Amino acid sequence: MHPAFSVIFLTTLIGAAQGLFLALFTAQSYAAFKLLPQPDAHDFYGQGSVLALLLLAAGLGASFFHLGHPERAWRAASRWRTSWLSREVIVLPAFMGVVFLYGLAHWLDWHPVLTTLPGGLPVDPSAILGVAGTVLAFALFLCTAMIYACLKFLAEWHSPLTVANYILLGGASGFTLAAAFASHTAPELVGFLAGWAAILTAAGFVSRCASLYRNCRLKPKSTLRTAIGVKHPRIVQKTQGFMGGSFNTREFFHGKGVALLRSIKWFFLLAAFLLPLAMLAIGMQGGAGVLAMACLIQYLGLLAERWYFFAQANHPQNLYYQSIA
Amino acid sequence: MTQLALVIDLNVCVGCHACVTSCKEWNTSGGAGTMGDQNPYGADPTGTFFNRVQTFEVGEFPNTETVHFPKSCLHCEEPPCVPVCPTGASYKRKEDGIVLVDYDKCIGCKYCSWACPYGARELDEQQRVMKKCTLCVDRIYDMTMAPEDRKPSCVKACPTSARLFGDVHDPASEVSVAIRESGGYALMPEWGTHPANHYLPRRKTRIKIHEDELERADNPLKVDRQLPKPAMAEPTLDDVTTW
Repeated sequence: MHPAFSVIFLTTLIGAAQGLFLALFTAQSYAAFKLLPQPDAHDFYGQGSVLALLLLAAGLGASFFHLGHPERAWRAASRWRTSWLSREVIVLPAFMGVVFLYGLAHWLDWHPVLTTLPGGLPVDPSAILGVAGTVLAFALFLCTAMIYACLKFLAEWHSPLTVANYILLGGASGFTLAAAFASHTAPELVGFLAGWAAILTAAGFVSRCASLYRNCRLKPKSTLRTAIGVKHPRIVQKTQGFMGGSFNTREFFHGKGVALLRSIKWFFLLAAFLLPLAMLAIGMQGGAGVLAMACLIQYLGLLAERWYFFAQANHPQNLYYQSIA
Repeated sequence: MTQLALVIDLNVCVGCHACVTSCKEWNTSGGAGTMGDQNPYGADPTGTFFNRVQTFEVGEFPNTETVHFPKSCLHCEEPPCVPVCPTGASYKRKEDGIVLVDYDKCIGCKYCSWACPYGARELDEQQRVMKKCTLCVDRIYDMTMAPEDRKPSCVKACPTSARLFGDVHDPASEVSVAIRESGGYALMPEWGTHPANHYLPRRKTRIKIHEDELERADNPLKVDRQLPKPAMAEPTLDDVTTW
């Protein structure tokens, strides 16, 4: 497939934002159970939510560049019964709304006790909003991943590993960002967040490697024989019916060489996983510069990872477009 | 229930592209807007087409066979492109099974084209919406046309009658008979899309001539040669008798 930068930015930016929100609420939950020191709610949760919202808005903005008619984008919410894309279009703004309210509750230090848990733990609006946001964050990961994983023709995507990767890679980049952010606003949480970022990065590395391993052993279900229905082992396309390009030759081919593809694979394995892992290990003791660097390098790595995710998928329609004349 | 479709006879198609050009001509002139071309007279022309004719070579030289292969939307009975559409712009008509795109609802997200294994959908760069074969839905129900003209434009254009059009759910229709009796098949059956369009395979053309066909069965005495040979100026026997 031809990797579209609008979609690459959309998926990586909102993935990081979802991860960041999950990191914020994880820290809040731990702090509520007195497992972590209580950070400055206004600075850490409030500003952290603003950061997550900015990333979500940037991702949403990028997605509009993918559309031929952005002014009709509102229509995309209508087919949520059948279309994962439609579901994403509904869940993304809902998640943004909850993140906004969650951030607002912390920003205004609005913590009235609504009820208490059996253990005597007070429940305030931010806790309820946090739970709702967590559910929506995972729902959004699921929707985004299922847009690709539900297409059975694209065998490289049609796997539970796609969903696992979107959750783990989004989570990893979000927790790394949270660790870098905490080094300025809540230094007492850096070790905790960087630790979880490292765990998620390692888990993402394993699951992405598993999908790479799976994808290079796939056997295409469709062949030229089934594509044109001629049962002969040797079929060669002589012309695709036109000499200029078409949508079919642009949208479904990345047009890059094998060498570049392979180097991008090694780049993202290093930049999205191994380098950030090492830097997180160093930054766990506290080091704002190292963590910021880890966050930046991991994001660049994830851009390459997403590019490769699209480029590697081989669409069966390409069988019909193998030779110009 | 009606399912309109094309049946394309690969044994007859000569790869002349008449269906491609007539499709473009009809559909670019319709009320739904043009099928845009970019750079049509430049070095790298491109544009929107609903129908393509491709050519494949089967076998190894010298035992090769050339297969011309017209390809357009197959109007699947289980169209994978329809449920993925986030706006409902892509839909399958209940009354005749045609898969259509509502150009006023399409947001141009291209997701349906990813979900079609046949590459039947093309994004129109000019209108920024997804387009595909409509089975000339604006022709086949046009009561101002003569009944024999109420067929898709490609079918009308085919000089070898390689394209048949009809209801594949009606067992007595021309297309159903062709599918049943000439080995009609669907493309990429492995995906369960159940394409409505079918293709008829290439066939070996053999003539079996029996001994008695070489001789005149009505001439048991074998006296043909003894018939009087007319003079050059005279009318021949063929001119004056009806045999």
